[in-house]
Parts: sequence; C-alpha cells; structure tokens
Amino acid sequence: MSAAGVPLSWYLVLGAVMFVLGAAGFLLRRNIITMFMSVELMLNAVNLSFVALAYHLGRVDGLVLAFFVMVVAAAEAAVGLAIILTVFRNRTSLQIDEVQSLRN
Amino acid sequence: MDGVLFLIFASIAVVCALNVVLQKQPIASALSLVGVMGSLAMLYLLLGAQFIAAVQVIVYAGAVMVLFVMVIMLLNAGAERPTGASVMASALGGPLLAVLLLVLAYVILLAFPDPRPVRFGEFRQGGAAELGYALFTRYLLPFELTSVLVLIAIAGAVVLAWREVRK
Repeated sequence: MSAAGVPLSWYLVLGAVMFVLGAAGFLLRRNIITMFMSVELMLNAVNLSFVALAYHLGRVDGLVLAFFVMVVAAAEAAVGLAIILTVFRNRTSLQIDEVQSLRN
Repeated sequence: MDGVLFLIFASIAVVCALNVVLQKQPIASALSLVGVMGSLAMLYLLLGAQFIAAVQVIVYAGAVMVLFVMVIMLLNAGAERPTGASVMASALGGPLLAVLLLVLAYVILLAFPDPRPVRFGEFRQGGAAELGYALFTRYLLPFELTSVLVLIAIAGAVVLAWREVRK
C-alpha cells in the first residue's frame, strides 16, 4: 500500500454523494442562507468530478472548466447574498416559506 | 499512502457535508462548509491539480465563505424554525434522493470500471503554467467573458445593496 491509490470511480462516487447531500439540503432546509450553501456544496461536488476526469483524460481542459465554475460561483455568491440582504430588509425573515408574495 | 489520504479527506468531506445539511444554526453550516472545501482542496492535490487546490482555498474557503459569514453576522441569523412540510415531501424526499445516489453511483461504476489506481504525481499538467497557457490560448474568449460577468456581478451587488441603503 506504498503508493497504491484508489480507483478513479471512488472520486466520482464521492462527488455524487456530495451532490446528493447538497440537493437534500437545498430541498429540505428552510433557511435561505443554508439553501444557498447547499448550492455551493453541489457546485463543489461537480468541481471534484471535473478535476478527477481531467486526471483521467490527462488533459488540462477539465481544470479550466473547474476554474470557470469557481469564477461563476464567486460572482453568484456576491449577487445571491446581496439579494438575501434585500429580502431580509424587506421581510425581516430568512425563512424561505415566508417569502411567498409571488404565490397565486 | 494515496489511498489512506483519500479515505481520510473523503470521510472528512462527507461528514462535514452531512453537518452542513443537518445543523440548525447557519453559522455551524458555514463552518462545516469550510471543512468540506479544505478537504476538497487536499483531494485536488492528490489528483495533481495544484493550482485548482490553491484557488479553492483562496477563493472558496477564503473569499466566498467570508462573505457568507459576514452576511450571517450582519443579519443575526438564528436557528431556523421547523415548518410543516407536506406529508408526501417528507415521506418521499429521503428515499428519492437515495435512489438518485444509487443511480448515479451505478452509472459511474458502469462507465469507469477501470480499477487502475489514481497515482499522485502521474498527472503533471495541473500547475499554474499549464493552466495559464490553456486559459490564454484556447480558452481566451471564455476567459474574457468571465471578466464581463464579474463586472456585472459587482455592479449588481452594489445596486442591490445601494437601493436599500437610501430607503
């Protein structure tokens, strides 16, 4: 077991586990900030798959994609948190089911 | 050694991810998310992607999570109140997600049956030089477009926060 690693599929399955956990958090939680963090968790899981497949193919393209995902995630976090701030100022609540003025 | 490191950091990542979902306090979720991102950076290093690992620590565990913690602090976010979910959602949600995980794992194991282990050091193109070369040649247009995206994000965040300040 000196330099023996694990098969590539283990990395991909780990990514799948984390993606499903993120989806569970997004669907089951009621706090806007926690839901947003679950989205970040899903993005990270997909990033792990990108990096693992870049290793598998021996090409740098997967890493470039992972880099772009990070850039988009950072931009999304800035805008998303600003929206959360606005929602909180208007409703003084972070519960997602109290933001329902679009319903009906 | 690679396998041991993978098992250690994969279990840290899964436990922290579970903690993100299960904790009631947003700040506890945020700190668990930092744990997930740190262990993912270690896994990226094992896969030979040094630059992505560094960016993961600096951008994700650094900048994005500081933003999250700032907002949690600013809004004084407490524990979330449990609200009545529909009976069907609470009964079907868990099993459906488990089915999704099983299908994903099955497809992955079907598509990658190769038992050849991932070796640290076999992939040598993960440095800043190789990634920078790809970014500034083949991916030049997407790279320039991200600068526009980031500019729009800055403007959007400022506009969204500014309107509230003036009210």
